[in-house]
Amino acid sequence: MRSLEEINDKIKSGKVVVVTAEEVVDMVKEQGVKKTARMVDVVTTGTFGPMCSSGIYFNIKQSTPKIKCGGGRVTVDGVAAYAGWAAADILLGCSAMTDEDPRNAVYPGLFKFGGAHVIQKLAAGEKVRIQVRTYGTDCYPRKEYDAELGLSDMNNAVLFNPRNAYQLYNVAVNLGERTIYTYMGVLKPRLGNANFATCGALSPLLNDPRLRTLGIGTRIFLGGGEGYVVWPGTQHVPNPERDEKGLPLTPSATLAVIGDLNGMNDHYIRAASIAGYGTSLAVGLGIPLPVVDEEVIAYAAVTDEDITFPVVDYSEAYPLGRPGALGRVSMAQLMSGAIEVDGKKVPTGGMASRARGREVALELKQRIAQGSFLLTRPSAALPGAELAQGL
Amino acid sequence: MVKKKLVLSFPPRLIQQPVTNDLIRKFDLEVNILRARVVPRESGRIVMELKGSSKNLKAGLEYLDEQGVQVDPMVQEMRHYGEKCVQCTACTAVCPTDALTVEPVTREIVFEPSHCIMCESCIAACSYGAMESQF
Repeated sequence: MRSLEEINDKIKSGKVVVVTAEEVVDMVKEQGVKKTARMVDVVTTGTFGPMCSSGIYFNIKQSTPKIKCGGGRVTVDGVAAYAGWAAADILLGCSAMTDEDPRNAVYPGLFKFGGAHVIQKLAAGEKVRIQVRTYGTDCYPRKEYDAELGLSDMNNAVLFNPRNAYQLYNVAVNLGERTIYTYMGVLKPRLGNANFATCGALSPLLNDPRLRTLGIGTRIFLGGGEGYVVWPGTQHVPNPERDEKGLPLTPSATLAVIGDLNGMNDHYIRAASIAGYGTSLAVGLGIPLPVVDEEVIAYAAVTDEDITFPVVDYSEAYPLGRPGALGRVSMAQLMSGAIEVDGKKVPTGGMASRARGREVALELKQRIAQGSFLLTRPSAALPGAELAQGL
Repeated sequence: MVKKKLVLSFPPRLIQQPVTNDLIRKFDLEVNILRARVVPRESGRIVMELKGSSKNLKAGLEYLDEQGVQVDPMVQEMRHYGEKCVQCTACTAVCPTDALTVEPVTREIVFEPSHCIMCESCIAACSYGAMESQF
């Protein structure tokens, strides 16, 4: 139909036609798959939600005398960082906390400040306090270091998600008798509410469920800047059960993504303090899908009615690892404000933000239309996937 | 009949006074207490809904003023900070009165203070500190 080179040429000449994964749904309803595929070059997707598998690594400039962080202890704004690497490389995970934080000792813990908040501060252009205590060597004699640094003071700062962009996620409910505090939010007892964590028909991996147009090396929108898919995400499942539309029914694909923290911003990098659970980082992530054949459009035309998620009890089944769901509900039902579980009407709430996911998809669309974002061909398919022939 | 949702703040000297009882007996008002926090020797705050004829309600409010009770409309008590909110909609599932709802097209949060009963369920549900109580 059209090659990736042709799409990039159109982007450079400003003639590219880009629509979001929401906009393509109506186009296909009105004009069909074939016509839409002829008209549209790129479909943009987007999601925005907390992903605890988020962190940054950064490299600080050496002062005189030099210091070896590796093997020492490093905190950033009091939050424990990992320094088991070279002299100036430091890793900070979004769920890390200060030693003083009471965690859940006062239940439910508030988790007001953690690694995620440090990352948000840096993305917002603020400075953070880095404190190092270590041992001296002949080549790195300094033992203590204490400074306020921002992104511009560092050699490098990189956001890394070992896992993000979950293709399919549980809808969480609580069958128990007391309120529980989970990474899926506050769940009230006796089916008091049902929480979901997906952008549905806008979600990147639900618009290309067989991962035909993306893989290792795909350039993406990440945190307001740019990043890349670098590997299958941890817990990636190559061959899930699927419905007749190819949508996964069981745990499925995830992505490992990376990107320069410089260029990101705190609109799309947002710290979450999840009551009774911990800190997490909400990351805006968008993937452009090149329309190299009609199948790309057929899959991207997926609607909120098509996509279903398993409803899982987080009072017992999830913590005890018991299999089985309480049924499946569609994204459209979840977005209506209530679902039915065991004959009971249960109000629904989100963890991911459809509104901000939409902003991601629209901003990516704009960047492509303006010629500032070119598409890349994946170097390799993700496990279980086969890349489209025309790519 | 007129209905008003109000926040009453009591100075320490009034803690021992049965002010609510007076509102019912002397002014024939229907009182529905939504929330109350009364600390002896400090201060007290009550969120209540008052219902009665406009004449009685006016007289009751004048009585509260004479007694030194500060009366505020409830709208200022719970705040939704749009800049902190990411529109995740987690709050809407735990809000018992639909004061917090999702606009179906934009998928953004709509906060209707007049429906809020200050239960504060949304505060724990919000991971971004976008809901704050002044109570």
